Amino acid sequence: MTSPIPNSVTPASPVDQSLLYPSPYKEFWQAFARNKGAVMGLAFMCLVVFCALFAPWVAPHDPSEQYRDFLLTPPVWLEGGSWQFILGTDELGRDLLSRLIQGARLSLLIGLSSVVMSLIPGILLGLLAGFFPQLLGPSIMRLMDVMLALPSLLLAVAIVAILGPGLINTVIAIAIVSLPSYVRLTRAAVMGELNRDYVTAARLAGAGLPRLMFVTVLPNCMAPLIVQATLSFSSAILDAAALGFLGLGVQPPTPEWGTMLASARDYIERAWWVVSLPGLTILLSVLAINLMGDGLRDALDPKLKNAA
Amino acid sequence: MLSFIARRLGLLIPTFFGITLLTFALIRLIPGDPVEVMMGERRVDPEMHAQAMERLGLNKPLPAQYLDYVGKLAQGDLGESLRTRESVWHEFLTLFPATLELAFAALLFAGIVGLLAGVIAALKRGSLFDHGVMGISLAGYSMPIFWWGLILIMFFSVSLGWTPVSGRIDLLYDIEPKTGFMLIDTLLSDEEGAFKDALMHLILPAIVLGTIPLAVIARMTRSSMLEVLREDYIRTARAKGLSPARVVFVHGLRNALIPVLTVFGLQVGTLLAGAVLTETIFSWPGIGKWLIEAIGARDYPVVQNGILLIACLVILVNFVVDILYGLANPRIRHQR
Repeated sequence: MTSPIPNSVTPASPVDQSLLYPSPYKEFWQAFARNKGAVMGLAFMCLVVFCALFAPWVAPHDPSEQYRDFLLTPPVWLEGGSWQFILGTDELGRDLLSRLIQGARLSLLIGLSSVVMSLIPGILLGLLAGFFPQLLGPSIMRLMDVMLALPSLLLAVAIVAILGPGLINTVIAIAIVSLPSYVRLTRAAVMGELNRDYVTAARLAGAGLPRLMFVTVLPNCMAPLIVQATLSFSSAILDAAALGFLGLGVQPPTPEWGTMLASARDYIERAWWVVSLPGLTILLSVLAINLMGDGLRDALDPKLKNAA
Repeated sequence: MLSFIARRLGLLIPTFFGITLLTFALIRLIPGDPVEVMMGERRVDPEMHAQAMERLGLNKPLPAQYLDYVGKLAQGDLGESLRTRESVWHEFLTLFPATLELAFAALLFAGIVGLLAGVIAALKRGSLFDHGVMGISLAGYSMPIFWWGLILIMFFSVSLGWTPVSGRIDLLYDIEPKTGFMLIDTLLSDEEGAFKDALMHLILPAIVLGTIPLAVIARMTRSSMLEVLREDYIRTARAKGLSPARVVFVHGLRNALIPVLTVFGLQVGTLLAGAVLTETIFSWPGIGKWLIEAIGARDYPVVQNGILLIACLVILVNFVVDILYGLANPRIRHQR
């Protein structure tokens, strides 16, 4: 027996694309692109990422090569500058542009690895705190409160004071410092989702705890976490530079932006470019990421739109 | 209200103990032998080594060490600096007013400029001024302040010669530290021009330290003000013919200030962290510079308890802000 086809459905009619719901990605892109600052930030970051990925080919010189005849050469647009060193050279005759490009590699590496290193344990702890609000939750949250009581840079300074300065310890310190915000966000989102009907349905269907945590609830908590990850990426770059500036981060002669600034301090009166350019690079990168973060927030988390 | 305060105080206790655990762990987590690290040399004479372990109490089991530590804290004993042999508490007290003065000046700058900019931006929503304020505050929020300080020094101190490069006051003046606040001490002293000199020393560091709070306060004031201006009571106030200034400042700003107040409290942490950088750039003799120097010199008692003191300070300020928040907003007070 065949069921009658309802006559309202006309089979094989050409579908008008504009009437369909846009795909989630397209919808996301449209919301993101509405924020012009975010698009500008994205463009700048693409440039930085490109330079970082292809640093050995993009950079005009070896970042550690010392051109002894060209100490503190000014940038090309100033008197005495030359096209050989577009942004000038530093106190040891190293090409500033090449060092900045190499530094982009380092800053992005620090940012990315510290975000990953705090995002994963942060989500785990947040899920645990949200799923076990009686016993585990309060103790985890108290611990996070303690970590939040210290200003992030100070906590990072304290951690580096124990572990000693260096690239890996900088990453660890920044990862630990940004942990509490992920835990809190995840927990808050989990608590909000746990009372929803779909979670109850999944429970009744016999989903075990890991499945409930990672498959049912977590994907619905991702929006604020992605936004937070972007923002902590920018503060990781800033904190790493600050640690480098204080002499507690990546050690010279590695061309880290903050470390470059610290060693340039003594030449502030003679060569403004060695001081200005690394800082400007930090500012622009952090600004670009923050702009992107704003755009992401507007696109992913409509509740927060215009909130802050 | 009292029960509200008591509840908040109750929450402080575990946090405080957590902090002491953290600072306690700090010194035990140093890789390698703590005595060798502290003395800065390898293969310390075994007898001296044992003495040092004894003196620092490092030969006892960990829980006993922790109890010792907390017990000493309870008696107000924060240990002494390895470098100067002075008590940590005493060093903190001498240096703290300098940081406080700087932080106050920064907050004053950030508060006044931020509130004004935020209110005007909200009133002229969508105007060039509004976009300008939002753009600048986003840049301020992303600012690496250690670089910002160097740029300001380069421009105002080196090129224009308007302000001094570093320190709190010129060496010419011999100011007796009565209150520890240079501005007050110079006023109390009869040295001519000392006050102006101290003020000139304060301006740049205060601007640098105030930049991030300024950006946050301006953004927060603007959005909070925009929200409040949509409320019915503002329309009522306008409708009954109050002057625009009265509507904006008395009816609007007063209500818009509640979230801004919280932000003010949250900025104290930012200020203290920023003080570390600002004081390093301007050679400002406060606790931030003290801490960094102690880390450089491996002066662990100072590092350990300096961090403890700063954490307590942040907790305390947040507690006060919580209470103020409860005073300003009864809904918070009665929340369980």
